Amino acid sequence: MDKNKDRQFLVSVSPHVRSEETTARIMWSVSAALLPAAAMGAYFFGPKAVITISISIIVAVLTEYLYQKGMKKKNTIGDGSALLTGLLLGLNLPASVPFYIPLVGAVVAILITKLIFGGLGYNIFNPALVGRAFLLMSFPKLMTIWTQPTAAFVKIDAVTTATPLGILKEEGIQKLLETFGGSFNMYMQMLSGNRAGSIGETSAIALLAGAAFLFYKRYITWHVPFSFLGSAALMAWIFGGKGAFFTGDPLLHMLSGGMLLGSFFMATDYVTSPAVKKGQILFGAGCGFLTMLIRLKGGYPEGVMFAILIMNCLTPMIDRGFRTKVFGSAKGAAR
Amino acid sequence: MTLGTFRGGVHPPDKKELSKDKAIAACSSPARVVVPLSQHIGAPCKPVVEIGQAVKKGEVIGAAEGFVSAPVHSSVSGKVAAIGEFLSATGRMVQSVVIENDMQEEWAALKDNPDYEKLSSEELKEKIKQAGIVGMGGAAFPAHVKLSPPKEKPIDAVILNGAECEPYLTADYRIMIERAPDVIAGLKVLMKMLGVSRGYIGIEDNKPDAVEIIKKAAESDSAIEIIALEVKYPQGAEKMLIKSVTGREVPPRGLPMDAGVVVHNIGTAVAVYEAVRYGKPLVERVVTITGESIKEPKNLLVKVGTLISDVVEECGGLASDTAKVISGGPMMGFALSSLEVPVTKGTSGVLAIPEQPIIHYEHFGPCIRCGRCIDVCPMGLMPSMLSVLSEKGLYEEAKEYKLFDCFECGSCTYVCPSKRPIVQFIRLAKSLVKP
Repeated sequence: MDKNKDRQFLVSVSPHVRSEETTARIMWSVSAALLPAAAMGAYFFGPKAVITISISIIVAVLTEYLYQKGMKKKNTIGDGSALLTGLLLGLNLPASVPFYIPLVGAVVAILITKLIFGGLGYNIFNPALVGRAFLLMSFPKLMTIWTQPTAAFVKIDAVTTATPLGILKEEGIQKLLETFGGSFNMYMQMLSGNRAGSIGETSAIALLAGAAFLFYKRYITWHVPFSFLGSAALMAWIFGGKGAFFTGDPLLHMLSGGMLLGSFFMATDYVTSPAVKKGQILFGAGCGFLTMLIRLKGGYPEGVMFAILIMNCLTPMIDRGFRTKVFGSAKGAAR
Repeated sequence: MTLGTFRGGVHPPDKKELSKDKAIAACSSPARVVVPLSQHIGAPCKPVVEIGQAVKKGEVIGAAEGFVSAPVHSSVSGKVAAIGEFLSATGRMVQSVVIENDMQEEWAALKDNPDYEKLSSEELKEKIKQAGIVGMGGAAFPAHVKLSPPKEKPIDAVILNGAECEPYLTADYRIMIERAPDVIAGLKVLMKMLGVSRGYIGIEDNKPDAVEIIKKAAESDSAIEIIALEVKYPQGAEKMLIKSVTGREVPPRGLPMDAGVVVHNIGTAVAVYEAVRYGKPLVERVVTITGESIKEPKNLLVKVGTLISDVVEECGGLASDTAKVISGGPMMGFALSSLEVPVTKGTSGVLAIPEQPIIHYEHFGPCIRCGRCIDVCPMGLMPSMLSVLSEKGLYEEAKEYKLFDCFECGSCTYVCPSKRPIVQFIRLAKSLVKP
């Protein structure tokens, strides 16, 4: 009995056990889920894509590291969120951009959007998307030069072309189908990723595989992405056709632009989307609606980025409006 | 078979395999017991013995003061050695009676009642009260209070809580396996006292053998129904259990009686039976002594007032890697700073666990708004908001997020990937503002 008398024990309040899930594990897993899309981007757009992504990641992590060092704050690069932001930004850029584009974008994403708002958890906007929006407005030319995918590392001279959404906006559906040689070919190329666009947005198969992994790990739920895609598909079907209502092609809109990358990997960002499921559905539906509004009526061919950023603004309001119902407060609950 | 369940909850590793196959054994009688005079919510008891006085086992040493109180009895025969403030498992100093055990195990005269079934509801209630019976699930609320609902709250069912949803603990499981007839008899007494015709026993589905054995014991009684429950914490929380078993929801800040039910623990049912049948007061209880750092995990019948150090010794002592010793379960139990604290009527388990990164965190990160805590909160609260508001000192604002509806099960804290002390923040806010 006495041998334990002087023993010291840890004393803390309950609970005394914790799950093994950590923020870092979630961030690293989401990054891993993006690897297939990154690999397909590298396959189709060559070494330039790899360089762009790498610069974006390195600068993002370095920015966070230096800021925290300079401000004498706790180093948080281990939580993986800076790396994920860098990766997402890189995947959202055209492969052809010069080196300073990912560099500037990553600094804006990490420093302006995240760190000065208080770091992870306190940012209002999706950092990678603010970085991209900043670049699009500051370097509109460079950010809209798209290269033809070559499916080879050997080709040095990149051929510039337009994205499917660009063709659709400027020249119409007929021209788009001509470019791909029929609708079946078009869908197949879009599934594999053999189309012009940002590095990580083109391969639907790779993105869906990554998303499936996130669903399996329960890192994301259906609420945001499916309401996003659902409302966008509905809009595309109703208003996307030429002349008549209900003649649009939802599938084309699902597979083009940043729809899949945005709905599964960016709109689902925990920090900048609502916390309650009902709010998430509204958030996703709003993203889909705004995306299609911009695509069909706006000045840009693509609207995913602005749609998500606008809905990010509304997130605090949605959170206030959609609170959970306390157990037992439903009508007639007692009996 | 559909399992009874509720919305939310978590699935911590149950670790029950450490002790589930250990039959209940009597713990050796200790050289002395320290019996706290306050073992429950409500008024502390008044000592009715003097230092040097000889007492018998089962003799009242602390008299109940007021309605929400239960008397305390000596758990050994011997001599009162001291009356004073002693450390309790909750970390507070509590007035206690220390009795030197003469090892004679001499009982005070107990009134045997073979015909207890003929007693009236009031007579039964009086016996329960005299026996000092309290809820044995942890909170130790005096049982007779729960059994005396006000007239305007009609009760139509009694639920026995056999969920034992806390990881590690197996005391209730062993009681159900080994003493099923007594459990059923206790439930019947409870039903009679409340004048209800429905009795339920809710048991988590990870104890299929207990479900079977209890079902068999209750076979002849159509008024009693055994409900298998989904395995998840906090299935045994009163409100969740009521929802899982009957589908009813207790309104916010309400009590089980607001949903027309009274909930009692498995151990309490057996104590109730022993009190009305044999006149035996509550002086001992089954305690699970377990955890990775306990050399020989056991389910022991322990005398109230036995020091935890004695109980741990009975189980081979602590391994050298012991980091934390907990009274109760790992989700809601109290970490002990010293083993020199007594087992009380509400002590369901003693755990000794080694330090592991997933058990102890010194640092926590910001809320990343992942919403896991919201998904698991059985009360439908937004723990993330509560923790952030409390962290910033906005305690009054936390009330808008239903601060006081939290019953502190800790599920939010269990799942938080940022390892935020969410429920701790909630407790802090609760202690600093009025409801």
